Amino acid sequence: MLYREAGQFKSSYAEDQALFPIRQDRYGMLVLLAIAFVGVPLFASDYWLTAILVPFLVFSLAALGLNILTGYAGQLSLGTAAFMAVGAFAAYNFELRVPGLPVLVSFVLAGLVAALVGIAFGLPSLRIRGFYLAVATLAAQFFIPWLLVKVSWFSNYSASGVITTQPIEILGFVFDSPTRKYLLVLAIVCVLALAAKNLVRSSIGRAWMAVRDMDVAAEVIGIRIVRAKLIAFAVSSFYCGIAGALYAYAYLGSVEPDGFNLDLSFRILFMIIIGGVGSILGSFLGAAFITVLPIFLDVLLTDGAHLFNLSLPAGVTSMAQLVVFGGLIIFFLIVEPHGLARLWQIAKEKLRLWPFPH
Amino acid sequence: MKPLRAIAALLLAVAAGALSTQVIAQAAGTQFIGITGYRVGPYGPNGAAFFTGFIDYLELVNQRDGGVNGVKLSWEECETEYNTAKGLECYERLKTRTATGPTAIHPMSTGITYGLLDKAPEDKIPLITLGYGRTDAVDGRVFPWVFPILSNYWSAATGIVNFIGEQEGGLAKLKGKKIVLLYHDSAYGKEPHPVLEAEAKKHGFDLVMVPVPHPGNEQQSQWLQIRRERPDWVILWGWGVMNATALKTAQKVGPPRDKMAGNWRAGPEIETEAAGAAAANENNTARQTRAGTDFPVVQDVLKHVYASGKGGNKSLVGTVLWNRGMAAAMITVEAVRTAQAKYGKKPMSGAQVRWGLENLNLDQKRLDQLGFGSMIPTLAVSCTDHEGSGLVRFQQWDGKRWKTASQWMSGDRALVKKMVQESAAQYAKEKGIKPACLKG
Repeated sequence: MLYREAGQFKSSYAEDQALFPIRQDRYGMLVLLAIAFVGVPLFASDYWLTAILVPFLVFSLAALGLNILTGYAGQLSLGTAAFMAVGAFAAYNFELRVPGLPVLVSFVLAGLVAALVGIAFGLPSLRIRGFYLAVATLAAQFFIPWLLVKVSWFSNYSASGVITTQPIEILGFVFDSPTRKYLLVLAIVCVLALAAKNLVRSSIGRAWMAVRDMDVAAEVIGIRIVRAKLIAFAVSSFYCGIAGALYAYAYLGSVEPDGFNLDLSFRILFMIIIGGVGSILGSFLGAAFITVLPIFLDVLLTDGAHLFNLSLPAGVTSMAQLVVFGGLIIFFLIVEPHGLARLWQIAKEKLRLWPFPH
Repeated sequence: MKPLRAIAALLLAVAAGALSTQVIAQAAGTQFIGITGYRVGPYGPNGAAFFTGFIDYLELVNQRDGGVNGVKLSWEECETEYNTAKGLECYERLKTRTATGPTAIHPMSTGITYGLLDKAPEDKIPLITLGYGRTDAVDGRVFPWVFPILSNYWSAATGIVNFIGEQEGGLAKLKGKKIVLLYHDSAYGKEPHPVLEAEAKKHGFDLVMVPVPHPGNEQQSQWLQIRRERPDWVILWGWGVMNATALKTAQKVGPPRDKMAGNWRAGPEIETEAAGAAAANENNTARQTRAGTDFPVVQDVLKHVYASGKGGNKSLVGTVLWNRGMAAAMITVEAVRTAQAKYGKKPMSGAQVRWGLENLNLDQKRLDQLGFGSMIPTLAVSCTDHEGSGLVRFQQWDGKRWKTASQWMSGDRALVKKMVQESAAQYAKEKGIKPACLKG
């Protein structure tokens, strides 16, 4: 009833190709952005901003990067965290060694460095695919943190390999409070998500999907596979690199190479599997599921125990949280193997007919 | 429709969880202590022992003394799984629980410590990093909010060198000797490198560094390398499963195992017992806390806490890490008590506890009063010395329990102090901090 596009006519190509062809979606998106940019900074506490929203946005960006590579171009990668590490350490070194370089420029440069590294580790994808490619990207996952620890130049000879990020300052404005950091991350994520959405609708995006669905057929219809795959690796690593830089600068404040381990890569891979492979929205839903849900479960279980006056040892609640979380992942994968984004799709279709289904 | 309904129910449950956080108010008028602990994950067993001891001591203070000067203690433990991101989330969560904040945070992880270094001063919450974390934080003029109490990694590393020198018959005998550092390849494992390199130069021994990748359950190639090197001593700088593996592999591959010395993380019973006979009589571990149950405070815990069924886990009582957790809790409680002497008998805020920590003075008389006796060395913290002690003591595992292998001994204090000040000054310059002692 409410969600129905009857009466919305498209009279030009531009209208037909709009990002959100349905008016309700458009307004919904505007409301969401207004809440994110205005409502959240006004009402959210520091805890929400620093411990939940910023990591959610940073991981959404990393998941978006992986989704471009795995979801759209069909190249399985286990090196996401390594590319994030490249971004974080590159941004740190640009800021450290080029005095006066604006922080946003070093973020972009860090993304470009990550893109170059991504292309280098993407080269094997030209010859191998599937599980074998995953193993090749696994090499990146082991090699890059090792290199960052081994060559202390990258961490400015810090005894422990830990880097502490410089303050974020743009045009004399210092992003130091949780609200400011959140707004910066939100702005960057919105711009990059918009870019990604348009990228996957462009010719290169269609080329990726053609390669994903059947590379021989794609080659036959004239798609340059080498170019499509390497661009996918470059763009994906660029996104992961920026996510890594934000992870270091806006979230943790200090990072060590070992923080970017295989666990983190897996987490991001799970995000896109749960959220929806090959969906921009899915990256956000998956990141929300994986980063926010464990915290909620933890709070729910500890406080639930408090409410009922049970004194459970902390170990028990965290084990219980892992059990519930694992159970939920299995539940979602059984109910909807195509991820949360597909559930949203189904919900929208049902809404169109609501309240009078056939 | 079915999955949608299930998801809606789930969302409701989650929302209820978010609401209930508001419902819980900590008991008013208590000294709330926020604990970022870990009991699951690869380091879970270590964390469980430490945090059980920590909570057992807090429970003891409540049961036996009725709190600190009548102010009861309350606490909440949040699971970090030794993961930096989770640790920060816990920190943010515990920070908002009460008006006075979480008293002082024991991160018990180098990564979390580094993550909190910038946040703690902003939030005015002291960090107590009991023998780990950023070593140059000893300089309280640059790091007013960080307290690496007891001996830090550098003091421990030079202490180990002194111990080896003693065993060899004098530091002069170290010339031309070869010492292998077998370390956990992480921020923690790399911490002693600069000071050991300086010691190697000073005493003229040959230092060979052998990294073990995390978590360290495969060390065949490392020990083959060690055998090739034919070292005179091996310094074990491990944590968790790496230690047991090191001891077992050492037994298999066969370098002299009585010529091994480790830092405090290198030999809790959990791992040493797992290594079984391999460890017997062969491992010298530098300690800032002694193991054992023959301290009056441990007996008190058994009587007041475990007898009434409020204890955490009896099998852990008296182990190295459990005792260490007790000492950590005692330092927190004593800092609160010191602060109360100045600010009055009410729950202390983070800033007040910071003052208490900076003016903490635990001489032998006070330690005896508290029932800790010789479990930890005496402590006198000041603005320029946030370490307060720097003493270590070596214990040897004889197959069943720890035997004392040395008295409390210090490392190369002058060298450590010089390096700490250089390193802190560099940090201050990078961060634009003007080194100064905080007042009040």
